[in-house]
This record gives sequence, C-alpha cells and structure tokens, in this order.
Amino acid sequence: MWAAPSRWGWLNLLTPKGLFAHDTYNKLFTMHGIIMVFFFLVPSIPATLGNFLVPPMVGARDLAFPRINLLSWYIYIVGGIFAITAIVRGGVDTGWTFYAPFSSTYSNTHVILAAIGVFVSGFSSILTGLNFIVTVHKMRAPGMTWSRLPLFVWAHYATSLIQVLGTPVIAITIVLLGMERVLHAGIFDPALGGDPILFQHLFWFYSHPAVYIMILPGMGVISEIVACFSRKSIFGYGFVAFSSVAIAVLGFLVWGHHLFVAGQSMYASMVFSFISFLVAVPSAIKVFNWTATMYRGSVSYDTPMLYAFGFIGLFTIGGLTGLFLATMAVDVHVTDTYFVIAHFHYVMVGGMVMAYLGGVHFWFPKITGRLYPEGWAKFAALVVFVGFNLTFFPQFVLGYLGMPRRYAAYADEFQILNVMSTAGASILGVGYLIPMIYLAWAWRYGPKSPQNPWGAKGLEWEQSPTPPPTFNFDVPPVMNEPAYNYSGEEKEVEIGR
Amino acid sequence: MGALSIFPPRASTTAGEVDALYGFLLVVGIGMTALIFFFVFFFAIKYRRRSPDERPKAIHGSIPLEITWSVIPFLVMLVMFAWGTKLYFQNYTPPRRDTLDIYVTGKQWMWKIQYPDGQREINELHVPTGRPVKVTLASEDVLHSFFLPAFRLKHDVVPGSYQTFWFEATKPGRYHIFCAEYCGTNHSQMIGWVTVMDPVSYETWLSAGAGGSSMAELGQKLFEQYGCVSCHVLDQQGRCPSLRNVFGNPVKLEDGRTVIADEAYIRESILNPNAKIVSGYKRDVMPVFQGQINEEGLLQLIVYIKSLSNPPKPAAAKTAAAAGKRSPQ
Repeated sequence: MWAAPSRWGWLNLLTPKGLFAHDTYNKLFTMHGIIMVFFFLVPSIPATLGNFLVPPMVGARDLAFPRINLLSWYIYIVGGIFAITAIVRGGVDTGWTFYAPFSSTYSNTHVILAAIGVFVSGFSSILTGLNFIVTVHKMRAPGMTWSRLPLFVWAHYATSLIQVLGTPVIAITIVLLGMERVLHAGIFDPALGGDPILFQHLFWFYSHPAVYIMILPGMGVISEIVACFSRKSIFGYGFVAFSSVAIAVLGFLVWGHHLFVAGQSMYASMVFSFISFLVAVPSAIKVFNWTATMYRGSVSYDTPMLYAFGFIGLFTIGGLTGLFLATMAVDVHVTDTYFVIAHFHYVMVGGMVMAYLGGVHFWFPKITGRLYPEGWAKFAALVVFVGFNLTFFPQFVLGYLGMPRRYAAYADEFQILNVMSTAGASILGVGYLIPMIYLAWAWRYGPKSPQNPWGAKGLEWEQSPTPPPTFNFDVPPVMNEPAYNYSGEEKEVEIGR
Repeated sequence: MGALSIFPPRASTTAGEVDALYGFLLVVGIGMTALIFFFVFFFAIKYRRRSPDERPKAIHGSIPLEITWSVIPFLVMLVMFAWGTKLYFQNYTPPRRDTLDIYVTGKQWMWKIQYPDGQREINELHVPTGRPVKVTLASEDVLHSFFLPAFRLKHDVVPGSYQTFWFEATKPGRYHIFCAEYCGTNHSQMIGWVTVMDPVSYETWLSAGAGGSSMAELGQKLFEQYGCVSCHVLDQQGRCPSLRNVFGNPVKLEDGRTVIADEAYIRESILNPNAKIVSGYKRDVMPVFQGQINEEGLLQLIVYIKSLSNPPKPAAAKTAAAAGKRSPQ
C-alpha cells in the first residue's frame, strides 16, 4: 500500500513536463522514501517473520522479553501515526534523507512531525534488536549450539547488532535537526554557524548500516529456502554465517561513500571507497555459497525457490552495480542520478522484497496452517520478476545518461526509458496485488497444510501443532542433529577434513 | 551518439576516461552476472528433483573454493579501486598551470555564473575548448550539485564553503547543466546549458559581452562601499593588516598557528573576522559581515583580494595596477 506513492510518481514521469505540480511530486517521493525505508524495509522481515520464527527456530517458547516485544509494536504504531499525520496534514518535501539546511531552515512542510515519526519508530527497532540478541544468547534449546543455529537466526543476530548500535545515531541526528529547526541552534546551517556536511556524516552513519538491517534478514531467508528446496546442507555454513557478521561490522565503516561529491576530504573518500569494496566480499561469498548449495542437490521449483532464484539474480545485479558506485570516478558521474535509484531498488526490492515474499510463501503453511494456490503463486512470482526488471533496468541507463533523481520534470531525450519504467511499475503493481489476494483468501479458505509440507529441516517445522500455540512448545525441544541435516548425518562434518 | 546510445555525449578530456573505466566495470559486471545466472540455471535444471524420495548426499563446503571466490573478486575490485581513485584525484585536483577561473553561485532555483572579466550569466555557461577551467562553487541557500553529464563531472554546492573542480572541454556543442542535489520545489527546473566553443569563437563571445567592470573591479567597489578600505590600507600599517600579497601566502595568527590565506580563509575572515586574528592585531575591530554580503559579492571581493597578490594573474594584472593607482592613501 505504501509503495503506492511510487506508482503515482511513475505516472507523473510518463511525460517530460510531468503530470503533477512539482511540490506534489516532491512530497510523493518523500512520503514513498520515509514510509518504505523506515516503516517497511527496516521492520518488515524482523518484525514479522523474525518475531514469529526466531523463538521456534532456536527452540524457545517466546522471545526473551515478550512485553518489550509488544512495546516495540506499540512504539512502531505511534511512530507510524506521527508519519501519517505529517502526510495527512500536507506532507513533507525534504526527501527521506532530510538533508540540512533545506530540512532545518528552508522547507515549509511538516518536517518535525515526520522526523518524530522516524525518531519514535527507531526505538521499536532498537527493542526488537535487543530482544533477538538476548533470545539467541540465552534461550537456545539444549543441543542448539552456535554452529547449529539456522542461518536465518544468524542473519537476524547480525541485524540486531546494527539495530542496537546504529539506530541511536539517527535518533541523535533527528534531535539535532529538531533543535536547529525549532530553536535555531546552529548545528547544520552555515547561516547559523553550522556545517551541512556534518548532517550527512551523522545521517549516513546510521542510514548506510541501515541498508544492511534491511538486506541481512532477507539473506537469512534465502539461506533457509535454498537449503530446503535443494535438500542439501548449506554449502560453507560457517562462511555464510560469519559473512553476515562481517557485513554488519564493515557496514559501519563505509558511510562516507555517500559523500564522494559532497566536499569531504579526498583522502577520506579514498578510505571509504576501499572499505566499500571490502564489504562486497562477504556479500559475494553468500551468493557463491547459495549457488554451490544447489550443486548435486535435488532442486524443486516451488514458489519460495522461484523467489530465491529471483533474489540471487537481482541481488547479484544490485551488488555488482554497487561496485560501480564504490569506484569513485564513476560515482562522481552517476551519484544522485537514476543509476543510484536502480542500484538500491535492485538490492532492496529485487533483493529484500523478493526474499520477503519468498519467506512469506515458505512459512505461510507454518504461520497459518494452510496452503496457498501454487499455480497463482508461481504466476505472481513471474509477473513480479518481469515487472521489476522492466521498471528498474532502464533506470541504470537513464542514470548514466545523466538524469538526476528527484526530478518532477525531465529533458525530452529521457522519455522513452521513463515510459518503459512506468509500464514496468504497472506490471510490478499487479504482481504484488495477486499474492495479497490469494494469500488473504488462503488464510481463510485454503486447504489445511500438513505439518511440514516442504520436508524442511529446523525446529520450527518439528514444532507441533501448526499453526503454533502462544508458547510454541509444551516440552522444550532438543536439537540432536546438525543444522540443515537433509542427508541424515549423525554429527557435524567439518569442511576441509 | 545515436538515440539509443548508453553514453551521453563526450565533451571533456575526462569523459572518455570515465567511460573507459565504466566499460571495464560493465564487462566485469556483465561477466559475473552471466556466470552466476549460468550456474543457477545449470544447477537448477541438471539437479532438478526427479523423484520426491531423493536424498542427495551432503556437501559441506570447500575451503579452497571459498578462498578462490573471495580472493579473485577482491583482486578484481582492487583494480577498480585503484583506477577509480586515480581518476577521482585527477578530476578533483585543478592543474597548476594557468586555469580559466569561473565562479558559480547556486540559488533556489538558478545558476548564477560570473567570469573574471565581469560577464555574468544565468543558467548559461560558456567555455572554450582546450583550456582547463576551474569552477568555484558557492551556494546562497541550500545544498545544490553542479552536474555536467557530458563532462562526466559533478560537485555538490555547499552553503558556507567553496567547492572546486575542474574540466577541460574538448568538443564544441551545447550540453546540459543539471542540479543533482535535491533543493526544493523547482529542483528539476534548476537546469541550464553549457556551451563549448572553439577558442576563437570564445574570444569573440567574450569581447561581445565586455564593457562592464571585471570581477576584481566590482570587488574593489564593494571594498570601498563597505568601508574595508579605511582600515585595510594598502601597503601601509593600518588598524588592520594590509591585503597586498596576502592571498596564497602564509599568515601568522595570534595563537601561533600559521595558515595559508586561501579562498576559504578570506571568506571566513570577512564573514566572521574573530575566527582567526592575525598576529599583532586586535579582536573585535572589524565588524561581522555574516548575512551582510551575498555570495556573488563575496566572490568578487575574493577575486579583488587575489588580484592584490603577486604574481598577478594575466587577467587581473591590469586591474591590480589600476587599483593601486586609484587608492592613493
């Protein structure tokens, strides 16, 4: 539903002059960014699949702090109310990045309301992270050693570290922004004695790691799906697990790659560029290991696996185009153009949303106890894949040709590619609508699912009955086999022996 | 360039170099994508489930493989890093040889462009081929970004500081100027054209627009108008330091530090004089000009102060000499 502003935005870009007033378009893309980043991408997998699945996956009756978990839900709602109020009362036009001094001094829109929304919802994110960390450390069932932990849980653990350590920084940044906007404290606006580049450093110190908050849980989902539908133990379990932690750690050290043209020291840029390349290595390791997991496996083409194929392909493109942006001389040309838009939509929508849909389909029988119509599901996965590529691939070309982002109107020569993109977005919209309909239907009327329809491994599938009762297990389970033991081995086999 | 080209026009010395690097990245990127797609499809088809009872044997991994697919991509990325960094430093470090200096002020939602000889334009920039052009960027209000796709260059325009980059145009024509950093309602209208001309046409264009005062002369007028001249007495000991030969030279401060008097220093010393006090002078003598002078005026003052320094640049020499004559204090 909140992706919808982007649809209207795309409609706007059908013609070079644009169909909407510029302010309207600016508010639409701002709303799209704020809602999708802070209220969808950040919480989506952790707050839905993570909340539901981390406890049974580690063999726990619930998260460590169920009441804090509920609190984080209420906080999220309160934050959402602030953001929606900002929209209803006339919108915000700063872009989701809130760059100062435009946001602190010049914008006449509801910046403070939207900023409070982001500020408040951040605490929801911190509390979720805290809960996962404690749960993973203290609530694992007997036999659930760290090396038997599902990779979904490893990914959530790494995500939680970022949430707990990174989110306070965006909260601080927003408080400073509010102080400048309301009290005219000179922090970011040079007219008041501040420094606008300081805002960018503070903002990206959270917001770059935040993209790993968004993508890591998706990677966790893909690891589960690829193993299950290849009926194979995951290839290089240790490498996949530790690459999540490596991404979380290195992800904190790359924020300056958003400032290559902003006027930061060229030597600082050089260091940030280098570390940005480094963080690509663990991401590549994951892709190679997923692919290798299928080798000599028994690969089935159920819907979750189709989304996993989509994820691997689109994340590969998204990741590789990230290297273009880490390469400074190329970044100078393509930053703040549609190339960047295409890159992060390939990672966030092609990656994270594909993983989310894959995960929803994979665990739908577990969560609802029912089956969805497989034919419709496969059809929708195909529509999403085609629509996605038609929407976002032309944007790589547009970006290199020089079309800047956040343009309500554009030069004539960019029209063909924009029309393609708008057409793709319409297909993508249909692709997202179909699952909403059949999943809602199946939740109520779908055929009853067997206990473990995929023959998947993991404590969450051993837990019975389905759907799980409030406290998952009556008797604490015992993990008495290696993780992803699809081949029925007695105990762990260390690689390289 | 055809209508379906994936490259915008190439009109600067660096455009071809950036495109070459981009081409390298495309080859690596497409190659890697093809490799992954091939193996995903190949494995998915070759090892498709043929019977529901299949129980493939576990393969837990391979250390040599993990090392291979970590190290090889890393080495390829090192090439990207080195190449990209070298070109970045080259594009953002103006050459020492004589540059044509152009001053750009971003303002919601237009580009104001000043030439040293005094021509001024809005949303239009004229440059000759074959001569390095150094662009100094200032902002009157919010962040902007001066983006020249045909030159493969952009730089943010940051209020409160000067940013510089340079280019050398190669191909006559008219190319886009875009604002690439979101700056409010009419961000998408903050666009203009750069016209690249051969040196002869450029000289013709330049002389057609001549007749007004040069930037240094305008700066000198401001210098007199704001009363700077009464304390900053040239070539004499006044209440404030003489500005002769200050620009580009080291200045000793009261706290013992020594700084180079560059554009940023002059700018700060005008807007907030107490930030750095020259050794031997008093605090609070000079009024604070923050909010009093617009960015264009500041740039003119700086060009004037530059013109007081040796060796004077050819364009400014005449003005500096004239300035000396006209200030007989």
